[in-house]
Amino acid sequence: MEAFTTHTGRAVPLRRSNVDTDQIIPAHWLKKVTRDGFEDGLFEAWRKDPEFILNREERQGATVLVAGPDFGTGSSREHAVWALQNYGFKTVISSRFADIFRGNSLKNGLLTVVLDQKIVDALWELTENDPTAEITVDLQERQVRAEGVTADFELDENSRWRLLNGLDDISITLQNEADIAAYETSRPAYKPRTVQV
Amino acid sequence: MGRTLAEKVWDDHVVRRAEGEPDLLYIDLHLLHEVTSPQAFDGLRKSGRQVRRLDLTIATEDHNTPTLDIDKPIADPVSRAQLETLRKNCADFGVRLHSLGDVEQGVVHVVGPQLGLTQPGTTVVCGDSHTSTHGAFGALAFGIGTSQVEHVLATQTLPLARPKTMAITVEGDELPEGVTAKDLILAIIAKIGTGGGQGYILEYRGPAIEKLSMEARMTICNMSIEAGARAGMIAPDETTFEYIKGRDHAPKGEDWDAAVAYWKTLKTDEDAVFDAEVVIKAEELSPFVTWGTNPGQGAPLSANVPDPASYEDASERLAAEKALEYMGLEAGQPLRDIKVDTVFVGSCTNGRIEDLRAAAAIVEGRKIADGVRMLIVPGSARVGLQAVSEGLDKVFKEAGAEWRHAGCSMCLGMNPDQLAPGERSASTSNRNFEGRQGKGGRTHLVSPQVAAATAVLGHLASPADLSEADARTPAGV
Repeated sequence: MEAFTTHTGRAVPLRRSNVDTDQIIPAHWLKKVTRDGFEDGLFEAWRKDPEFILNREERQGATVLVAGPDFGTGSSREHAVWALQNYGFKTVISSRFADIFRGNSLKNGLLTVVLDQKIVDALWELTENDPTAEITVDLQERQVRAEGVTADFELDENSRWRLLNGLDDISITLQNEADIAAYETSRPAYKPRTVQV
Repeated sequence: MGRTLAEKVWDDHVVRRAEGEPDLLYIDLHLLHEVTSPQAFDGLRKSGRQVRRLDLTIATEDHNTPTLDIDKPIADPVSRAQLETLRKNCADFGVRLHSLGDVEQGVVHVVGPQLGLTQPGTTVVCGDSHTSTHGAFGALAFGIGTSQVEHVLATQTLPLARPKTMAITVEGDELPEGVTAKDLILAIIAKIGTGGGQGYILEYRGPAIEKLSMEARMTICNMSIEAGARAGMIAPDETTFEYIKGRDHAPKGEDWDAAVAYWKTLKTDEDAVFDAEVVIKAEELSPFVTWGTNPGQGAPLSANVPDPASYEDASERLAAEKALEYMGLEAGQPLRDIKVDTVFVGSCTNGRIEDLRAAAAIVEGRKIADGVRMLIVPGSARVGLQAVSEGLDKVFKEAGAEWRHAGCSMCLGMNPDQLAPGERSASTSNRNFEGRQGKGGRTHLVSPQVAAATAVLGHLASPADLSEADARTPAGV
């Protein structure tokens, strides 16, 4: 996983709530068997509209997505996170993320930041009026900064530590392999098995 | 203090607990399908890891599989490549796989329960958000992303922070006549919203829930994710035990007795406290349908399309405006007047035998409306065989519906079963998102009963409307 410490970049203000993962990456893109090459599928249906914010000249190269509440609802597809990253986004800000999407994002180094809707409103206003305005997301300090906006955000210490160091979950878990093996010896015989081994 | 059902199952699976860290949770059953697993197997290969517990892992093909001509090569080369990737991965790593054409193939959430693998008090995961379905058995079951799929393959565990618990109590002895589990869950989502369950494990309780069949309970738990919840659960009881008993992977002999003794302990203690509680009155429920583009945008079938101006919250108002524009609907229009082009009966929400029986009972002896296409897609090959043995396929075909092979099909249109742009469906599936059933397609989520009545009348309707229509047309005319 890519480490995340601090990032500063221009933003895309996305004034929509309930952006589900079918909108982020439609199902027909899910037939790919790699983790890359999803950038053209990001918000595919909406991008057909030349006026859609992602298509505008002044938003090219933006790396911070500022979205409405309930971002990433629906399907568990991690492809939604990959699509955002493949396109170039480093961080997404919203007042509420769907659980599975949030988990997926943090496992891939895409920092999802939860801020009060009032702060999101202020960031929308700032970046809509001035497309060159930059937003800094600082994971060290757990703080978002932009012109006229300084807001602290919460992220549990364990997730923060993993992100700051770009740590691989599986390696961390396998350090406790003895605990897993011990648990396995205590599992009751009636638990289901898919095959006899 | 007592514990809730979710807390009991959680506690029984904690491998390691340490201050400042998520709990490391043991996973009893890992279900795989072709869409969310390829990158996970690739990850295992890159790091030289194996599947830790092949005996707790099983795969099936469902999202991409065609529902016609399944004996021929799959026409879409990309779909074919994805299925072939799963076959190669399962062969390379030794994972049990049920491929297209196999009697146990089907939608992953129909396959687990029908094999008896889904059992009370187990932890079940799958790279699929509708894994919440298995919570109907009192299992703790939730969808995971592909990174977590790789993590479970390699370690049979997941590091997870324990969610909060929410009781959804359905008050009243039973659901009113004509009201189904689907109507209930759609009404719950409309009430608490698509983010209402966020961060929670829901427990559905009350006498009306206890009276429901396992199929109905699965429909309810299946859509917990549509309320944003991590999982949904129902305490196991005699109905649950009866459903499991005798299935391929059900415990046998002494194991059965030990299992049932444990399963009987899996209920929320009387003095347990939920973090949140929601009450639904059964008597207030009626057939429920969605009008918008998220599952929370629903209303009783007898209502009208809402006016976006009636929403106080600005973002809900904007969402309603966008939804009506996408759906091609007018505020104030009666929901019953909405004409459909396609009716889809199937999916992990409503593709089980009881659902097919319910729809068949309504179309039996009737014809579906001119210009309406009705697709019947059993949730699994075995459900399909059961339906054929009961003659349900004939009932559907005689009514003018198309009888198909098992798979996810039009729920998400990864296979050829899709809506054309602007086409409108009444669908027993779980998501009415923009473009979900095909680019530009418009979806109304409904129960199998409403789907069948809608197919006959050509507009959104309940079985009760059908009886009225019959009464207006004397027999023989």
